[in-house]
Amino acid sequence: MPLYSAKVMDHFRNPRNVGSIENADGVGEVGNAVCGDIMKIYLKIDDDIITDVKFETFGCGSAIASSSMATEMIKGKPVSEVLQLTNKAVTEALDGLPAHKLHCSVLAEEAIKAAIEDYYKKSQVQ
Amino acid sequence: MIYADNAATTQMSENVIKAMLPYMEKIWGNPSSLYSFGQQAKDAMTSAREQIANCIGAKAEEIYFTSGGSEADNQAIISAAKIGAKKNKRHIISTAFEHHAVLHTLDKLKREGFEIELLDVHENGIVTPEQVKNAIRADTALVTIMYANNEIGTIQPIAEIGAVCRAAKVIFHTDAVQAAGHLPIDVKAQNVDLLSISAHKFHGPKGTGALYAKKGIQLVNIIEGGAQERGKRGGTENVPAIIGMATALSDACANMAENNSKLLKLRERLIDGLNKIPHSTLNGDAEKRLPGNVSFCFEGIEGEALLLHLDDKGICASSGSACTSGSLDPSHVLLAIGRQHEIAHGSLRLTLSETNTEGDVEKIIAAVAEVVEYLRSISPLWKDKLIGKREFILTE
Repeated sequence: MPLYSAKVMDHFRNPRNVGSIENADGVGEVGNAVCGDIMKIYLKIDDDIITDVKFETFGCGSAIASSSMATEMIKGKPVSEVLQLTNKAVTEALDGLPAHKLHCSVLAEEAIKAAIEDYYKKSQVQ
Repeated sequence: MIYADNAATTQMSENVIKAMLPYMEKIWGNPSSLYSFGQQAKDAMTSAREQIANCIGAKAEEIYFTSGGSEADNQAIISAAKIGAKKNKRHIISTAFEHHAVLHTLDKLKREGFEIELLDVHENGIVTPEQVKNAIRADTALVTIMYANNEIGTIQPIAEIGAVCRAAKVIFHTDAVQAAGHLPIDVKAQNVDLLSISAHKFHGPKGTGALYAKKGIQLVNIIEGGAQERGKRGGTENVPAIIGMATALSDACANMAENNSKLLKLRERLIDGLNKIPHSTLNGDAEKRLPGNVSFCFEGIEGEALLLHLDDKGICASSGSACTSGSLDPSHVLLAIGRQHEIAHGSLRLTLSETNTEGDVEKIIAAVAEVVEYLRSISPLWKDKLIGKREFILTE
């Protein structure tokens, strides 16, 4: 059996929503270089709906695939619903991850939550 | 497919397979059996033992067949430790970048009360005989230092370290798993007391190796059983594999100069090509390294992602990133030569064999450059470095 599911490899090879958003409404970055993975999520939010999302990832195959899958799962969704996204849902959508790679899906969840937190902070300032 | 992971394992040569087949098809008797059918297998094994001994300057009775390099390392170290303990010597000298077969055995001995001293291997990945000399104490039981490193390929001054150990009357073991068949070995001239080899690293079969133990060194059994290997390693010998190992080592030693001169050209071209990638670095000494070893770090990317993309392009390679090791830390070898964690995560090991071509090397250079550039383009870490938010670690 290969290390990764076909879905993980598909998202790794052809990641969706790669890039950045200028003047994003929310930006979240988690992880660190020492551990070998950093995920950065950019959100465009209109009327509490995620209208656009982009990501940049420094990390292994499952980190890139988890970011890609997570962005697909939240695009077009209301913020309140996105806040319910769990790493488990990301993992399931990828048809599973090896046990020692589960933290990649956790990073994806955390990066999205950090971006939404940033959005709330920015909204308050305005 | 371009296979560039020969430090992991090598392809068995046709000659080796041809030499092994008769011992599966026709002469399949048990070498411990009394009847002549069994004795034919034993005779073949005796010749194989002599062949291997000849390749490393040992006597046939100093060669013990094992299941591979790891078992040979375990047996060598545990035996030397036991000999030391009898004389109340419990200090063992090694290096920080040994193979885990050595390091984990030393960990075990540490829990049993031995004192383990790991010498620094410097940024070039080489330990000096002076370091060994200075570390040796009256209670030193063993010095165990690898001949060539499995990850960065750096070659240790084995003969000089052997001379230091001999002068101090300390047992010297070298893990020569990566060196055998690729670098000259002469256990007498190099003053080596114990030496481990593994057949599948020089185009022989997997699951077989050998331990050289200088006459007079009392080995401790790792595998108890019958009287095989003069009582030092139980279990019916893997005769076809042993024949294959002897054939492979003889071939490798006979063709060493020719193979190495070809490999050196390929290696230098590969290093030159990869050096053109900005913010990258060669790991380990540029000269004193195995003829087929190229180990690089690329800033701003992670090794596993690099390997997966190379695999898609038909290139087999390996990395010392945490994600490929299955642990949280990157390779202990890269950390031992002072690479920062972030840099060690972006490592790539390419190990060539004489069957690789100039065309392979050009394809590897182009593929690595392309994948590194792509992964950097999606890396927030790289972006931060480009805009000056984070500093570059590798300046060139």
